[in-house]
Amino acid sequence: MALLEVRDLRAKVGDKEILKGVTLTVNAGEVHAIMGPNGSGKSTLANILAGRPGYEPIGGSVRYEGKDLLAMKPENRAREGVFLAFQYPVEIPGVGNAYFLKSAVNAIRRYRNEPELDAMEFMDIVNDKMKLLGLDEAFLSRSLNDGFSGGEKKRNEIFQMAVLEPRLAVLDETDSGLDIDALKVVANGVNTMRAKDRAIVVVTHYQRILNYIVPDFVHVLVDGRIVKSGGQELAHELERTGYQGFESPAAASSP
Amino acid sequence: MAEAADPRARYASEFASLEKEFYGSEPEWLRALRRSGLDRFQNVGFPTLKDEQWRYTNVAPIAKQRFLSAVHLQGDGVSIDRVRPASFTQFEGSELVFVNGRYAPKLSTLKDLPGGVRVGSLAKMIVWEPRAVEPYLGRFAKVDANPFAAMNTAFLQDGAFIEVPKGVAVKHPLHILFVSTFHPQPTVAHPRNLILAHEESAVTVTESYVGLDEGAYFTNAVTEAVVGPGARLDHYKLQRESEKAFHVGTLQIHQERGSVVSDNFLSFGGGLVRNDVNAWFNGEGGDLSLFGLYSTHGTQHVDNHTLIDHAKPACSSRELYKGILDGRSRGIFYGNIVVHKDAQKTNAMQTNKNLLLSKDALADSIPGLQILANDVKCKHGSTTGQLDENAIFYLRSRGLDPGAARALLVYAFAREVVDKVRVAAMHAVLSIQLASRLPYAEIMREVL
Repeated sequence: MALLEVRDLRAKVGDKEILKGVTLTVNAGEVHAIMGPNGSGKSTLANILAGRPGYEPIGGSVRYEGKDLLAMKPENRAREGVFLAFQYPVEIPGVGNAYFLKSAVNAIRRYRNEPELDAMEFMDIVNDKMKLLGLDEAFLSRSLNDGFSGGEKKRNEIFQMAVLEPRLAVLDETDSGLDIDALKVVANGVNTMRAKDRAIVVVTHYQRILNYIVPDFVHVLVDGRIVKSGGQELAHELERTGYQGFESPAAASSP
Repeated sequence: MAEAADPRARYASEFASLEKEFYGSEPEWLRALRRSGLDRFQNVGFPTLKDEQWRYTNVAPIAKQRFLSAVHLQGDGVSIDRVRPASFTQFEGSELVFVNGRYAPKLSTLKDLPGGVRVGSLAKMIVWEPRAVEPYLGRFAKVDANPFAAMNTAFLQDGAFIEVPKGVAVKHPLHILFVSTFHPQPTVAHPRNLILAHEESAVTVTESYVGLDEGAYFTNAVTEAVVGPGARLDHYKLQRESEKAFHVGTLQIHQERGSVVSDNFLSFGGGLVRNDVNAWFNGEGGDLSLFGLYSTHGTQHVDNHTLIDHAKPACSSRELYKGILDGRSRGIFYGNIVVHKDAQKTNAMQTNKNLLLSKDALADSIPGLQILANDVKCKHGSTTGQLDENAIFYLRSRGLDPGAARALLVYAFAREVVDKVRVAAMHAVLSIQLASRLPYAEIMREVL
């Protein structure tokens, strides 16, 4: 059974239909890249998978570990092992990083009938992951993303992913706004997370991040549909030609 | 009904009878002070919505009600067990307890006070050492400050007298606790506090107003805080009246050269609440922090007025009031900072933020600056909004329940003010109060 099975998914944001029939199969252990120009529906797909309010599925299906993902509340998707690294992580002054993450870990553990972690156990887990992302001790006592630079926010997303250990991680434009050093740190964090029982979906406009997180499969999303799929070489082809060569079927058929 | 026509007549006749029964034996200066309060109140009467300072708060329910003066209540044996939930005796510091406006020595605890520090009942002080009181009482909270301050001056009963001599630092907080009990006829009490922090002294004072029953009554309190040169006062006011109660309070802060004051106003109870904080810089280099947190639900109405007079140069004030409004409640912030003509190098900042938790809650925010000097740094700002849906989704996407996410965001909003609270007793009560308004109390205990 595939970890994620998207079938002919259509979705709208407001009154506008953005996804017009996306089909995608992701198996455990794989890394997929979804590439596309602005407005192609990449972020909509990522947000639909996470259950963001305002993103409304209007057709097709999404099965995650065989279960109907679209019927689940956002918090239950997280508890079942789905993680979205946000393109724009939200700043929440007054909520400490450490506290927030411990609440999240324990909410997930409660759902799975696992014993909650106390502060010491939690710190043991967190310390290793912090080193991985090059975050220092002071980071934990800061408010969640509050006043963080773009790079710090993205590192925090991957840090959260490392602590929550999802089965399916969707990275929504995690490379945007990162300089090359930050990109390497983030990519290294993601690569460390690659595992047989985990799948990672990298949503990106640019091929650059894929030099560091090498995907098994690349899909090109244009105007709400996947118009081409292939291996890593497809990303390099896009880098040379841009997205012009991948017009949407609808656009191609118009005069 | 004739008596509804003008409540002033009722207060005048009440004054006459109290004068005969109680005030007659008082020192002449106090009788004159009372008389000036009564005269002022008779002149102006209860404010109406037409008064700019009272535009947002209709006090007609107070004006209409015939209250029994709490001086007529006997010390009706309120047990220490009933007071304990409101008391801070398990924390460090002394505590003065007043029941229905009257000092209750058996419920009070005085301990660890440095030599020369005087803490006790104002009424007793007036009897024993009137000359310690006379130069201060009514000199700062003047009868023309507002009609309720005038009324308090006419009818003042008792309250705390705190005097810290020059150069003395009081290590532990002094807690003043006013509790009100149910009485079949609504009662009125006029607590009056006098805090004197002389030159280079330091003291922390908390004032709490707590309803022990869910009854209707009226608390009309005035506190005068006189802070000498280089002295430091940390002041807290916690308002936890019955939700059927009326609470009107005036705090008058007078700051001499180089003094430092922080005031934290924490308001949770009361049906109709009006709180005035007036501060006057009387010397250069003074520093004032005013923090407020008001949390309302149901049909509560809480009106916060602050007035800061930068009358002297090179003083700093910063002000942050935050409201959390739920149900059909209404919260008002009306701030005014006046920078006088010669008050150059003034630094003043005023901020009000409101969080609306229901579509029927209402926030009015009226920040204000009047600047008559030209070399100053002044800033004010105001925001009112609901919980950020993006933030709720972000927290849910990490596995938190929607309810927990909302509670967490409300606590996070409150935190900016909560973090300013440095008195353990206040911090503890604040946690309980915030938790009582929201589920997921366990979250807050870890967060705050």
